[in-house]
Amino acid sequence: MPLTLAKPFPTVEDSPNQEYLYTLNFGPQHPATHTTLRLVLTLDGETIVKCVPDIGYLHSGFEKLGEDLDYNQYVTVVDRMNYISPIYNEIAWFNTVEKLMGIELTPRCKYIRTIIGELARVSDHLLCVGAAALDLGGITAFLYAFNQREKIYNIFETMAGQRFHPSYLRVGGLMVDVTDSWIDQIRSFLPEFQKTHADVCRLLNRNRIFIDRTKGVGVLTKEEAINRSATGPVARAAGVVRDVRKDEPYLAYEDFDFKVVCGKGGDCLARYMVRMEEMRESIRIIQQAVENIPAGAVNVDVGDRLTIPDKTATYRSIEGLIQHFELFMWNRRWKPPVEELYGAVEAPNGELGFYVVSDGEGKPYRARTRPPSFIHFALFPLLIEGHQISDVPAVLGSLNIIAAELDR
Amino acid sequence: MASVTDILTQRFDADAFKVSQYRDNPRLLIEASRVYEFMKVLKTECGFDMLAELTAVDYLKYPNAKDRYGIIYGLTNTTSGERLWVKAMVNDPEPTVASVYPFWKGADWLEREVFDMFGIDFLGHPDLRRILMPPEFTTFPLRKDYPLRGRGERHNFQSITRAEG
Repeated sequence: MPLTLAKPFPTVEDSPNQEYLYTLNFGPQHPATHTTLRLVLTLDGETIVKCVPDIGYLHSGFEKLGEDLDYNQYVTVVDRMNYISPIYNEIAWFNTVEKLMGIELTPRCKYIRTIIGELARVSDHLLCVGAAALDLGGITAFLYAFNQREKIYNIFETMAGQRFHPSYLRVGGLMVDVTDSWIDQIRSFLPEFQKTHADVCRLLNRNRIFIDRTKGVGVLTKEEAINRSATGPVARAAGVVRDVRKDEPYLAYEDFDFKVVCGKGGDCLARYMVRMEEMRESIRIIQQAVENIPAGAVNVDVGDRLTIPDKTATYRSIEGLIQHFELFMWNRRWKPPVEELYGAVEAPNGELGFYVVSDGEGKPYRARTRPPSFIHFALFPLLIEGHQISDVPAVLGSLNIIAAELDR
Repeated sequence: MASVTDILTQRFDADAFKVSQYRDNPRLLIEASRVYEFMKVLKTECGFDMLAELTAVDYLKYPNAKDRYGIIYGLTNTTSGERLWVKAMVNDPEPTVASVYPFWKGADWLEREVFDMFGIDFLGHPDLRRILMPPEFTTFPLRKDYPLRGRGERHNFQSITRAEG
């Protein structure tokens, strides 16, 4: 079939009366976009009068892949969506799958998942805050933040053997149980982190340049936030009191005492402040969880043929071996109900949900992601129009757009 | 959910919608031609002020499926935290449904993605273009008849030589 090029973006020719406007192509490769996304900006001098985002540069068909990989295998792909906090994507995916199959996790597994999820949230917010400061000229805060992210990566490495994409969760449990030394590692990380958190606060919270660049920039009102489906820190900074951890508790969040952090301004500064405070709340959750972590098994009972047995059981017992093959042979595997459902969790960026359709086979019929970055990037033209071109990095940084999740 | 069903029974005939529940997902099945009316009532009278999710599923190879595409709307009431999953079925050759952009601006990109991936047309959408795939792409990758494995699409694209560029 012959191909014809589609109509390009609106240009100056479309509006001949406004010849003084000119178009600037921002990205797809630009230091401030961090990954590949493109903005077509129509400028009146330095002021942005129109912004058309163009995405899809990193589209790699993750949802289509999900239809070909089984419920456990897809974890490696899910990891690569929001690669800043991959553990939380895993939590979201298995939360939905386990809801579909009707699995109730063991208390120890719930606690471990909560701890690593909150560590991932801290690591995500650190990157967002650090990179936002970096784009506005504050390199010190960025380096402080990345130093702590490195510590979190070390914790993940101890736990799963992989730093960046741990692929640590499995249907009905975890890859392996954690050790006591891992708990100690977290215990020693927490006070260190609190010190850095205070340092970053001191560097940025009252920093004249930082405030001038962020206050009143990219204002999102509460009504717009709700109407345009914003969730997470972006919505909470605009005054939407909504947090899936509180509203629809999953894992062990019911057991812990923490606050939902909200702001009023809805501007870049409010989003920064909400993220900083959320890190503090995450640390509180981790402290409570680490001190109260229950003993016992991490995987649900082997008898129900849902979880992969550990290697000792596979090699030393016939039940374990049978169980292993039941889950790995193509014609066996899981037999979930022929149903479909949606499960959502509060990922660092906002509500991350999966809509899973099952046809009773070992792999999902459809694995749809509700990506918060995608929905937040749709807000970008609204937030940036009328501002200066130098505000683009400030607004982009405060939305925390992860292109791999945006395009999937 | 009870109050939502009450309002819907007052506004519509009993056979115009079907309510069901699976785990914690309350679900509502409606006809595709009546999406606009239903969404209007759900937004203005039932208080579902946020469109949390909009996606589609191609039921081509699904066991015992009668219709081909299901369009799924995930609505949230941000005041009460209530959720509702609305589903409407559409069929080939021209899968079309009314856009919900007039009620929720968040539908803009979500509908564009469904159009891009499934080829479902949203009537009344202000700017229905491809969003993830390049504009010259001719098929719809998330349909079940689009092959999962193959040589890729590169040969379908124009190559621009240095002299032309």
